[in-house]
Amino acid sequence: MYAQMVTSEGKAPGEDLSPEEQAFQDRIDAGERIEPRDWMPEGYRKTLVRQIGQHAHSEIVGQLPEGNWITRAPTLERKAILIAKVQDEAGHGLYLYSAAETLGVSRDELLEKLHTGRMKYSSIFNYPTLNWADIGAVGWLVDGAAIMNQVPLQRTSYGPYARAMVRICKEESFHQRQGYSIMMKMAQGTAAQKAMAQDALDRFWYPSLMMFGPSDAESVHSAQNMAWKIKINTNDELRQKFVDQTVPQAEFLGLTVPDETLAWNDEKGGYDFAEPDWEEFFEVLRGNGPCNEERLGARVAAWEEGAWFRDGLSAYADKAEARRNAQVAAE
Amino acid sequence: MALDEELQADPLFAGQSGAAFEWLCRIGDSTLILGHRVSEWCGHAPVLEEDIALANTALDLIGHTQMWLGLAAEVEGQGRSADDLAYRRDAMAFRNIKLVELPKGDMGLTVMRGFLFDAFHFELLTRLTASKSPRVAEIAAKALKEVSYHLERSSDLVVRLGDGSAESHRRMQAALDHLWPYCGEMFWGDAVDDAMDAADIAPHPAELRDAWDAAVQDVLGEATLQRPETRLDVHLGGKTGRHTEHLGYVLAEMQFLPRAYPDASW
Ligand SMILES: [Fe+2]
Ligand SMILES: [Fe+2]
Repeated sequence: MYAQMVTSEGKAPGEDLSPEEQAFQDRIDAGERIEPRDWMPEGYRKTLVRQIGQHAHSEIVGQLPEGNWITRAPTLERKAILIAKVQDEAGHGLYLYSAAETLGVSRDELLEKLHTGRMKYSSIFNYPTLNWADIGAVGWLVDGAAIMNQVPLQRTSYGPYARAMVRICKEESFHQRQGYSIMMKMAQGTAAQKAMAQDALDRFWYPSLMMFGPSDAESVHSAQNMAWKIKINTNDELRQKFVDQTVPQAEFLGLTVPDETLAWNDEKGGYDFAEPDWEEFFEVLRGNGPCNEERLGARVAAWEEGAWFRDGLSAYADKAEARRNAQVAAE
Repeated sequence: MALDEELQADPLFAGQSGAAFEWLCRIGDSTLILGHRVSEWCGHAPVLEEDIALANTALDLIGHTQMWLGLAAEVEGQGRSADDLAYRRDAMAFRNIKLVELPKGDMGLTVMRGFLFDAFHFELLTRLTASKSPRVAEIAAKALKEVSYHLERSSDLVVRLGDGSAESHRRMQAALDHLWPYCGEMFWGDAVDDAMDAADIAPHPAELRDAWDAAVQDVLGEATLQRPETRLDVHLGGKTGRHTEHLGYVLAEMQFLPRAYPDASW
């Protein structure tokens, strides 16, 4: 998922709620949507800002690994599809920053936190895209994992977030199908193409499983976020669902999931599979992933090198307003 | 039979198709290379709205390329596709103008180049909608909708950045001064254009010059930018395959996969 390990600002389950807080919780329990003007506990607001902000950052940083192949896409059609996809991701960022703005935090404030490392984006975007099949693997696995998390979030308690998710989910499932179509072409292609496809799956499998975050069945943060319906399923539930959906797709492609322990478990009606290396995950979050420096560096450079552009536009807006005012005064 | 008749009715397919092929490549290669340069901004623009808008422009230009080079390949009749033309020709066979192959530079350069090209592109497509070739007219009509929007957007940005801060003004003027000597190639023509003109397929590019001048002058004036005194036609040659050093690198990057794996399909 694009928001990982969102710490909750709420009270622990069992702690007493004030009458206001109780009324708020009752609304959520009754399935009502919370809208920007409604009263909400400060913890709910802060937690949502953190989650939506992280999600928005993931969308815009997520442009980079795929953008890396736009100029090298092997056909005009693939190039067009990839540009459209990266453009969609920027659009997702825009919807999400707008949703965060309804909670009283501006896009610039959130970006400032991203640029100074005080807010995170999904660990997955710190992995490199090394061959063309990676563009297939990212659509298939990364957008696929994002969908797992985001489909339930269409029912999240905060109205603007839920509505953003509805729009985003439609496009994400498109992305996933396009990614799978690249994988299909590669897996059915020449020996060299098949090798690229397998290599992509080998490298993206575990980082995709990490997207859901470590097990949080015991986490108090998770419990509070679930009570608020900011989080709908546990990380393990979503990861299991993802594996169960993805393994047959890999088989259909004729590719091998890089997990020797992978086996169907009749009893639980799902696959048993190996956990990703959580040590690696925490290292990536600490900034030590293969591409952390490039990704954040690229965003910071875009922002800093674009300062004159933004300043120029606001200088024009100021002048235009002054001209309008002078005109009105003269009349 | 119906297809044959249609082809015969289209002057593009009549007589000497060599000139038509060349002419179509000049347009299609220009939209391809400009689309490539614009797409380099994906994920790196100064504001999110620009990321979206630039991707949109690149996407339109690649779409136009598919149509123009697709038609060029048909006219050529050698069984090549738009992808073959884009991915399997070397620099000396590319027919784009030099203006579009220059590196993307800063946003000032990207915006200014977009504007100077859009103003030309808009005039060209407007005229092409009346082409005697139904195929050309059809593509032009489709592309014109998008290019009208490109021109509207780039004109607006040139005005706002030119008449913005001292720094944005300085950068826009620098971009204009740098690009100006490349603009003349848009209006340069040879026997290829004479043939297209004679068959009423396309106007001679020199005929577009006055309208371009007027449109550019309008916007530069509003943007408080100085029209350069330098010659417009210093850097010619792209249309006949004599390019800048930059194009080779664009192609090396763009064509890498089909070149490295010639028997693969993607
Ligand atoms: Fe997205
Ligand atoms: Fe996506």
